[in-house]
Amino acid sequence: MMTNPNGIVTQGQFSFLPPLTDVQITAQIKYALDRGWALSVEYTDDPHPRNTYWEMFGAPMFDLKDPAGILMEINNCRKTFPNHYIRVMAFSSVRGVESPTMSYIVNRPKNEPGFGLVRQETQGRNIRYTIHSYATDKPEGERY
Amino acid sequence: MVTPNDKIDIQALLNDSHINEVLDKLDQDLVGLVPVKQRIREIAAYLLITKARLQLGIEAAKPSLHMCFTGNPGTGKTTVALKMADILHRLGYIRQNNVVSVTRDDLVGQYIGHTAPKTKEIIKKAMGGVLFIDEAYYLYKPENERDYGQESIEILLQTMENHRDDLVVILAGYQDRMGTFFKSNPGMSSRITHHVDFPDYDENELLEITKLMADSMHYNLDKPALSAMKDYIEKRKLQPHFANARSIRNALDRARLRQANRLFNDAIKHKKDTTAADLSLITEADIRASRVFEGGLNSEQVTKKS
Repeated sequence: MMTNPNGIVTQGQFSFLPPLTDVQITAQIKYALDRGWALSVEYTDDPHPRNTYWEMFGAPMFDLKDPAGILMEINNCRKTFPNHYIRVMAFSSVRGVESPTMSYIVNRPKNEPGFGLVRQETQGRNIRYTIHSYATDKPEGERY
Repeated sequence: MVTPNDKIDIQALLNDSHINEVLDKLDQDLVGLVPVKQRIREIAAYLLITKARLQLGIEAAKPSLHMCFTGNPGTGKTTVALKMADILHRLGYIRQNNVVSVTRDDLVGQYIGHTAPKTKEIIKKAMGGVLFIDEAYYLYKPENERDYGQESIEILLQTMENHRDDLVVILAGYQDRMGTFFKSNPGMSSRITHHVDFPDYDENELLEITKLMADSMHYNLDKPALSAMKDYIEKRKLQPHFANARSIRNALDRARLRQANRLFNDAIKHKKDTTAADLSLITEADIRASRVFEGGLNSEQVTKKS
């Protein structure tokens, strides 16, 4: 079974740790801002690990000086999508393109059903494996 | 628990914060403005004492720090706002020594649904520091009931209340217009604790400012030039669109232009040698050539018509 000790989806940084508190999130944002990275808030209700393009909650935030502004946006997103996955991303422009440097989950659904393993029997005795999220059996917006 | 005999060293608190340096610099850099400097000192003292009370646990909540600067253009409101941010930062009331200066255009949108994201964007940028709204009375346009300014004001009010620890808002504008603005937005008025009024400069102060500005640009004005400047100020004050220190800066910029022109002509046409002293000297002629002495903008319009 696709499970882990906490029984939660583990993606990005800090995901094996207990959920980050607002103080800890603020410290992480400050770390990114001090390095001149831009931050953005994104959400989704499809937890598949290959789902890399999450919905943007507003435009990425450039030219901010203080973590409070981004925390405000995170809390707005939590209020709008209390039962979705929400992550914070940081982008560095050092290489001339905005490249993701940080990504961590700051909100997750109360109940995460996890993933099942699907075996597809093909030619001969070959087996193809697929992981399938139980949550995605329901349509978007009704999953959690 | 606090007991009445608990002690706190105000002197140490003052020295740690280094606000005296800011206040002294304020005294040096700004000519005149005595009542403003007095008010800033009072506010600084109040903030320092509140900090001591917070440390001893007598006071639990941080004071409301939103301010309103009223006064005519060019009286130093923006300059003082920058200094104020410095003081607040040194005392630890704001986390970043950062002033985001905006006007109506930056806050209010063009169409329905445009204003809220725009205002929030600015608020996010100013978080942790000072949001300075110049000409704040423009936010409210009573003659247009569908104006989006009201929406922006409501978002501002909400942030001023909910994020008191994160953001200090300073409004600035003409005194009479700000009066009307507050009358029609009582919510705004009640959230602003410190009102600072900026008086106009008198002629001597403006002359003093001229010297300071010329100094900072590494120019000298000789005696006749200074007396010409004095005449200039007297005349300019009576003409429309007088903007105190800003008008002086513009006058100096134009005088520099004329000086450059004069030096150029002397060197090319008359083959005169130019010395370093010449390069930094503004003479009477450079100032007397101003159209302010012929009656300013009005005279020009009259001659065009005739």
